Amino acid sequence: MDAPQPPSSMPLPPTGRANDADGPAHSSPDPVSNAVLDFDDVVAILGQFPALAGVTFQVGRGEIVLLKGPNGAGKTTLLRLCAGLLPVERGTATILGFDLATQRREVRSHVGLLGHQNGLYLDMTVRENVQFWGRTVKASDVEIDQAMVRMGVADRLAEVPVRKLSAGQKRRTALACLVARRAQVWLLDEPHAGLDAVGRDELDATLVEASQAGATIIVASHELERAGSLATRTVEVIGGQVHEVLDS
Amino acid sequence: MNTWALARLIAAKDLRVERRSKIVTNQVLPFAGITMISFAFVLDKQSVIDTVAPGLIWLATMFSLLILVQRSFGIETDDGALDAMRVAGVDAGAIFLGKAMALAVQLFVLEAMLFAAAVIFYGESIQSGRSVLAFFNEPMDVNGVEVALTGVTSPGQSPILATVLLVTTMISATCGLAAVGTLYGGLAAGFKGSETLLPLLTIPAVAPVLIGATKAVESAVGTSGAAVSEGWQWVSLLAVFAVAAGVGGALAFGPLIDD
Repeated sequence: MDAPQPPSSMPLPPTGRANDADGPAHSSPDPVSNAVLDFDDVVAILGQFPALAGVTFQVGRGEIVLLKGPNGAGKTTLLRLCAGLLPVERGTATILGFDLATQRREVRSHVGLLGHQNGLYLDMTVRENVQFWGRTVKASDVEIDQAMVRMGVADRLAEVPVRKLSAGQKRRTALACLVARRAQVWLLDEPHAGLDAVGRDELDATLVEASQAGATIIVASHELERAGSLATRTVEVIGGQVHEVLDS
Repeated sequence: MNTWALARLIAAKDLRVERRSKIVTNQVLPFAGITMISFAFVLDKQSVIDTVAPGLIWLATMFSLLILVQRSFGIETDDGALDAMRVAGVDAGAIFLGKAMALAVQLFVLEAMLFAAAVIFYGESIQSGRSVLAFFNEPMDVNGVEVALTGVTSPGQSPILATVLLVTTMISATCGLAAVGTLYGGLAAGFKGSETLLPLLTIPAVAPVLIGATKAVESAVGTSGAAVSEGWQWVSLLAVFAVAAGVGGALAFGPLIDD
C-alpha cells in the first residue's frame, strides 16, 4: 500500500536538503506551532501493562529532545510508539501528519529508530550498507554519497566491511543509513552506549549537524550530562507518564 | 519502490553477503557432501542405496535447508537488520520474496551438487539414473571404476523427458522449500532458541515436498522401474505446494515478523 502524501507543512528530509530548511531550528524550536510530533493523552499497552499512561507532549522540527527517566519508565516504549511499532490504545498521536492510530505502518518510512543494535550487515562494506538502505527509498547515488560524507564515512571507511569497524564508526554508518533513507525523525535509544569518548564526541557533533539540517531527534539516555548538553529540551518519563518538561 | 524491485534488492544483498562470507561454499556444501557420504556408509548395501538414493538426496537437501535458513536470518539478526527493515517500513512481502529468492538460488546450487555427489558417491546407484545421463553417451571413470552412463533404464523412456522431469522437479521443489524455509525462518528469528525451533516447524511443513520430490526423482531416474510419466503428478503437487507456500508466505510474513 502506498503511503499517503504527507501534509504540505511536513518538513523536508534532512538529506541534501539543508539549504531548504528555514534556518537552524536547533537554536529556536517552537514545538507547538511547528510540531512534528503531537501526542495528547496517549496510552500504550505492553501485554496487560499500560507502558504509557496518558502521555501528552509535542516536539518541533529540528529539536533534539532528551527523554530521561529510570529503567522501565517507558522511554523505549515511547520511542517504539513513535516508530509505529506499537498501537495507540487511547488518545491521539500524530507524527509528520500521520495518525499513529490508523497509519502506523505508513509513518515508518519517515522515521528512523536506532536502538542498541545498528541494523547493519556486517559482511558488507560501509558503502554497500548505505547503498542498500538508500535504495529502499530510491535514493540516488548523489544522495547516498552525501549521506556518507555528512556522517564522515565516505573516504577511507567506505570500502571497509562493517565487521571491522569500531563501535563509533558503526554508529556513524547506521546514521548515514538513516540519512540515506531520508528519515526525518530520528529516534535514538541510548545512542552513546558502547562508544568511547571520541566516538561520543563524533556522535554528538553528528546529531547537532543533523538537527541543524532539519532532522528532528528524540534521544532516550541515562547519560544526562552528555545528552542534556546536546538536547534543546528535556522530557522526563516516569511510570509511563511525562511528568515534567524542563528547559535545557 | 515496488514489491518486486525491493525483493530483487534484498535477494541481491543476501547473495552478496553469502558470496562475501563464503559460509555456503565453505560450510554448507561440505556439510551436504558429508551427509551424503554418511548415508552411504550407514546403508552399506548397494541394493538399498539404489532404492533409496532419491530420498537421500532430498533428506540431505532438507538438512542443508535448515542451515541455509538459519544463516539467511542470522545475517538479519546479527545487528538487528530485520528489525531495522521492519522499522523502516520495508514491505514485508518484499522481504519474504527477496529472501526466498536468494535462498532458492543457493538451494538450487546445493541440489545440483547433491545430484552430482549421488552419481559419484553412490557408485552403482547411477545405473538407475542412466536415463537422465544418457545424453553423455560416454562411460565415465570414477576412481578407477568405470561407470556406464549410456543407455536408458526402461525401454521406450526418453532421456530428454527424464531430464526435463528432473529439472522441473528440482525447480518446483526448490521454490517450495525456499518459501517454507523463509516463512518459518522469519517466525523463528523472533524467538529465543530459534535454532531448535526452526527444525521443529520446518521439517513437518516440508514433508509433502520431500515425498513429492523423491517420487518424482524416482520416476526420472527409473528407480524400481518407475516410469517418467508417473513423475509428473508429483511435480504438479510440488508446483501447487510452491505457489501456495509462496503466496501464503508473502501474505503471512508481515504479521509474523511484526507481531
